[in-house]
Amino acid sequence: MRARVHDPWLRLPAPLRYAIVIVVLLSIWQAYVSFSHVSALLVGSPLDVANQLWTDVANGKIPAATLHTLQTLLTGLLIGALIGFALASLAVFSSVGRDLLAVLTAVLNPLPAIAILPLAIIWFGLSDRSIIFIVTLATIWPVAINTDTGFRTISATTQMVARNLGLRGPRLVVDVLLPAAMPYILTGLKTAWAFGWRTVVAAELVFGVAGSQGGLGWYINTARYYLQTPQIFAGLVVISVLGILVEGLFSAVESRTVVRWGMKR
Amino acid sequence: MTEPVIGEPLVVGAGVAIEYDGFRAVDSADFVVRRGEKFVLIGPSGCGKTTLLKAIAGFLHPTAGSIRLDGVPIGEPGPDRTVVFQDFDQLFAWRTVLDNVVYALGVAKEMRGEAARERARAMLRLVGIEAAGDKYPHQLSGGMKQRGAIARALALEPRILLMDEPFGALDAITRSQLQLDLNAIWRETGVTIVLVTHSIQEAVFLGHHVAVMSTTPARIVETVDTSAAQDMDTPEFLRLSHHLRSLLITPDSAHRSVQTAVE
Ligand SMILES: Nc1ncnc2c1ncn2[C@@H]1O[C@H](COP(=O)(O)OP(=O)(O)OP(=O)(O)O)[C@@H](O)[C@H]1O
Ligand SMILES: [Mg+2]
Repeated sequence: MRARVHDPWLRLPAPLRYAIVIVVLLSIWQAYVSFSHVSALLVGSPLDVANQLWTDVANGKIPAATLHTLQTLLTGLLIGALIGFALASLAVFSSVGRDLLAVLTAVLNPLPAIAILPLAIIWFGLSDRSIIFIVTLATIWPVAINTDTGFRTISATTQMVARNLGLRGPRLVVDVLLPAAMPYILTGLKTAWAFGWRTVVAAELVFGVAGSQGGLGWYINTARYYLQTPQIFAGLVVISVLGILVEGLFSAVESRTVVRWGMKR
Repeated sequence: MTEPVIGEPLVVGAGVAIEYDGFRAVDSADFVVRRGEKFVLIGPSGCGKTTLLKAIAGFLHPTAGSIRLDGVPIGEPGPDRTVVFQDFDQLFAWRTVLDNVVYALGVAKEMRGEAARERARAMLRLVGIEAAGDKYPHQLSGGMKQRGAIARALALEPRILLMDEPFGALDAITRSQLQLDLNAIWRETGVTIVLVTHSIQEAVFLGHHVAVMSTTPARIVETVDTSAAQDMDTPEFLRLSHHLRSLLITPDSAHRSVQTAVE
């Protein structure tokens, strides 16, 4: 392997390196569309997509759809995470709670949340409540399982110190168990976010078919309906960029918590 | 310097037996810890020192006999019996060293705000790590972490400070320094200390009384008065060291490893 310092590519700053890679990839894509005479109905060129993005951001379509999706997702994620924490806390304090968590995760975790959508529609109709419901289902288990593991791997010494101080109940959970299990909890939330994200977009696509108005999935589906291929690409770009931003958000939270505390490098 | 006064019995163990699922780790142990003294538990590895200390702290309960603090049987763990563990991970990793002490004061003594910070700073000064108050535990050396744990334990003004081989994993120089510092802290605070150690030298140097434990199931073979031997260069120190050694190591049990090196 070459020593890092002698690699001229690595001497460039990281953002510049990534920018170059992106530009090259986009150029290849543009060149393919411009010179291969592929139908514009099948593949939008980067320039068309950029144009479309610009138009739909300016006219408010994309911001509205994004906001709608994020709202649905965050509501479901919040409810799911709270239930997940509660289940994990219950499992720490009582053996019944422990069995409850074991049974519930064994039965419900393997179900893809999107498979519950038909049932949710029967219960809640073609409304956002159906989507929030299945996003909640998609996010409970990753949070519950990871938090539970986090709680159970807290060192015996830390637990004894907490008892020695006289901590118990909710204060023990919030002040000691949560921060001590933070690496696991963040992993759980990250996974929950990823599951929730996939679920919400998939559900909106289905809703798009059903003609109900809404978020990014609906935006993409409408574009498909009118064969607006650049618009489909624009929707995908937005979803991807949001994913990158959230990834950055999690990194920022990590560097302020578990990294600062020496729990993770 | 006026030495703290060693007074009447504070912790009394009578016929203490402690079991783990039927496995008897400690058997009919009798001991008396006097108010204001430094009481040392010494014994071969795995004999039951930690077990006995945890019972005094309230983490384990005797299956026979009793341990009383001021005449009252020991109940659940509480901040009147603070423990300094052997491990380096006992400070909360998510709080700075100062905040660890401040937080403990808030929980155990309902002390908050500037008063708590002031007291926490004083405690860090006492153990000599005031400058490291704003660091997180993972940024400290092993010895500094132990000092931080001692500061947190002392800040709660426990009736008794329980220390489980607090210097066991430290290098010889740091260990000697901390032994001296512990003596100074004891003189300043007059706190009653029960200290577990493997080291005969440490036992004689620090202890007023040294209780020698046998192999499992551990009894207390003899409690030796070492209050007259605080100076390492005296014949008395050597005599007591030899005596402890003879109690701990008998020719037919040479496999019982006891750390005897004088650091
Ligand atoms: N949680 C436990 N469950 C079962 N047995 C245990 C447990 N903890 C300790 N023991 C046993 O009890 C005996 C005493 O253990 P203890 O930890 O008190 O020894 P120790 O004197 O502190 O040893 P060391 O000097 O190595 O720290 C040992 O035989 C050990 O195997
Ligand atoms: Mg031990």
